[in-house]
Amino acid sequence: MNSVAFILIAILTLAAALAAASLPKLIHAALSFAVTFVGVAAFFFLLGAEFIGLVQVFVYIGAVAVLIVFTILLTRRDAGKDRGFNWGGVVIAIAVFGGLLWAILHTPAVSIAAPNIEALTVKRIGEALMTSYVWPLQCVGVLLTAALIGALILVMEEKR
Amino acid sequence: MPILSIFLIVSAALFCTGLLAALSRRHAIFILIGIEMMLAAANLNFIAFWRFGPQTQQPIGVMVAIFSIAIAAAEAAVGLALVIAFYRHYRTTNVDQLNQLKG
Amino acid sequence: MSGDVVDQIFIRAKQWLLSWLAGAPDWIVQVASSLLNIFALLGVFLTLFALISVLERKILGRMQNRYGPNRVGPFGLFQPIADGIKMLIKEDIVPARADKIVHFLAPILIAATAILALGVIPYGRNMTPFAIDGGILFFFAVGSTTELAVFMAGWGSNNKFSMLGAMRAIAQMVSYELPLIITTLPIVMVVGALSPDAIVAAQSNYSFGFVPHWFVTTPWGAAAFVLFFVSGLVESNRTPFDVPEGESEIVAGHMTEYSGFKYATFFMAEYIGMFAISGLAVTLFLGGWHAPVRVLQFIPSYVWFFAKLSALLFVYIWLRGTLPRTRIDHIMNFAWKFMLPMAFTCILAAAVWHYTGRGVAGWLWSLAVIGIVYIALSILLDTRKRFATRTYRFAE
Repeated sequence: MNSVAFILIAILTLAAALAAASLPKLIHAALSFAVTFVGVAAFFFLLGAEFIGLVQVFVYIGAVAVLIVFTILLTRRDAGKDRGFNWGGVVIAIAVFGGLLWAILHTPAVSIAAPNIEALTVKRIGEALMTSYVWPLQCVGVLLTAALIGALILVMEEKR
Repeated sequence: MPILSIFLIVSAALFCTGLLAALSRRHAIFILIGIEMMLAAANLNFIAFWRFGPQTQQPIGVMVAIFSIAIAAAEAAVGLALVIAFYRHYRTTNVDQLNQLKG
Repeated sequence: MSGDVVDQIFIRAKQWLLSWLAGAPDWIVQVASSLLNIFALLGVFLTLFALISVLERKILGRMQNRYGPNRVGPFGLFQPIADGIKMLIKEDIVPARADKIVHFLAPILIAATAILALGVIPYGRNMTPFAIDGGILFFFAVGSTTELAVFMAGWGSNNKFSMLGAMRAIAQMVSYELPLIITTLPIVMVVGALSPDAIVAAQSNYSFGFVPHWFVTTPWGAAAFVLFFVSGLVESNRTPFDVPEGESEIVAGHMTEYSGFKYATFFMAEYIGMFAISGLAVTLFLGGWHAPVRVLQFIPSYVWFFAKLSALLFVYIWLRGTLPRTRIDHIMNFAWKFMLPMAFTCILAAAVWHYTGRGVAGWLWSLAVIGIVYIALSILLDTRKRFATRTYRFAE
């Protein structure tokens, strides 16, 4: 049952990712990109990290995908079709995939089965965030504020 | 549940698809889509290693994935703001046209 | 004893049905259990949707000093059947240059996300369809996917008005998502869990036997409830915030090019979104399925839940019949300049309530915090001095 679920999710994710990388029409690519993230969130659920899966759906599909479609709309003068496709990129991507595949298959340490672990509750994540990881949390807060202000300044219209 | 290498292979495939999108497209937004896919593949890697590896006191892999998602969202916002800013100036989103500093 | 039987009657019915599959492998029993949950949920809420659609028209009619629909069936209560037949036999028109796949998928996605959100709400004792650890987060994650579906509807129609309506709808929904989520943070903080079952269990006590420990009886809870309710109004695009579907301005906004069954799907998704938000408000603030006083605990838990849900839905309909539509820039100003600071104040007031002991002292201190911020915001955002006095010009 688990393996069937894994195969289905893997096919969905990789097909959507390929569609997002190769569809000529921008909006279709952006919507396939959202489907890819649904697939990745399903992987997280399968691996037992449900909180991360929910955060992934929330942040990527609810925010980043909406941002991307809005930007596509606002920069629409020559959108619709993306002209020009660089085939060198395909060669490089296939080469990198070949290299990674070779590295994974030649490492015996990663051919292990899943150990039984206790379920990861939100309480444990909260405690970790507030005790051991409180400094990274505050830094991410400052970073998000800086990104917010920076993005606003970049798109503000100059006063005439 | 499949073995760890299968998860790593899927994550590598997703990473290379993101790399494909980032390297072979001319439109700035497609490149951003590719980068986001690469970040998601890296997150998947972290969570897979956390699940299959020795369980430490704190769930380190999960923590790194949380921060990575937050930073990816911030980077997407700023990247898209940049795209809008230079579209306003040059009226094109083709990254080949951004060659003002050339030579 | 007998109270327990009536209270758990649906749980026992489901276990009796599942006992027919006693010999089957584990995953078949799991799938059957989930399917039973799903069918029960869909059955209850689609019936409630049909009922509310006719009751809304009748209540609005009575508020406007007229009868609502009263021809079909007793008191007009079979009107949804007539509406359903009408919607089903209408011709399904798709614009010639519309993007067919996106146009088709948008109503499906919007209905799917609305129904998914209903799955984590506790409807009675032991009656949560999908009890996961991060239930509240699941609700909001699924709700935020609605925006993408609204955009798909607007863009897929290849119509400028649809696109404008969709962009306005998304701007409104994204702005009000922040107060919606931040007002649930005080509850999560005080309870210490994201699971709706734990939140309902934390509201189970009574002081002096007749004052329930619902979160709405605390000052920060009452303020957060009002903010949550208003944000819920906006998220479901209901009057006074129904700019996306304002009929006199933008035809039907992002739903303009949809006819027949697809329009009915949008309509259903809006109402089910309303049920989901009201259900969550009942869970978070109004004590879930608990009775208001200790002596009334013999009434089954699901009766209390649906009674509270109906009260909130009546308030939705009442507001629709009473208030005019707000302008879009007023809506955005209200969200960012008033609701967001007040939502943050609720978190502060909840912390103050907790740390000054959760008794009368905590109540008064948190009330003081909220009061001070509210008065400060009202003074800062005062608009009376910014507009000139009205001058009337008459034709001479």
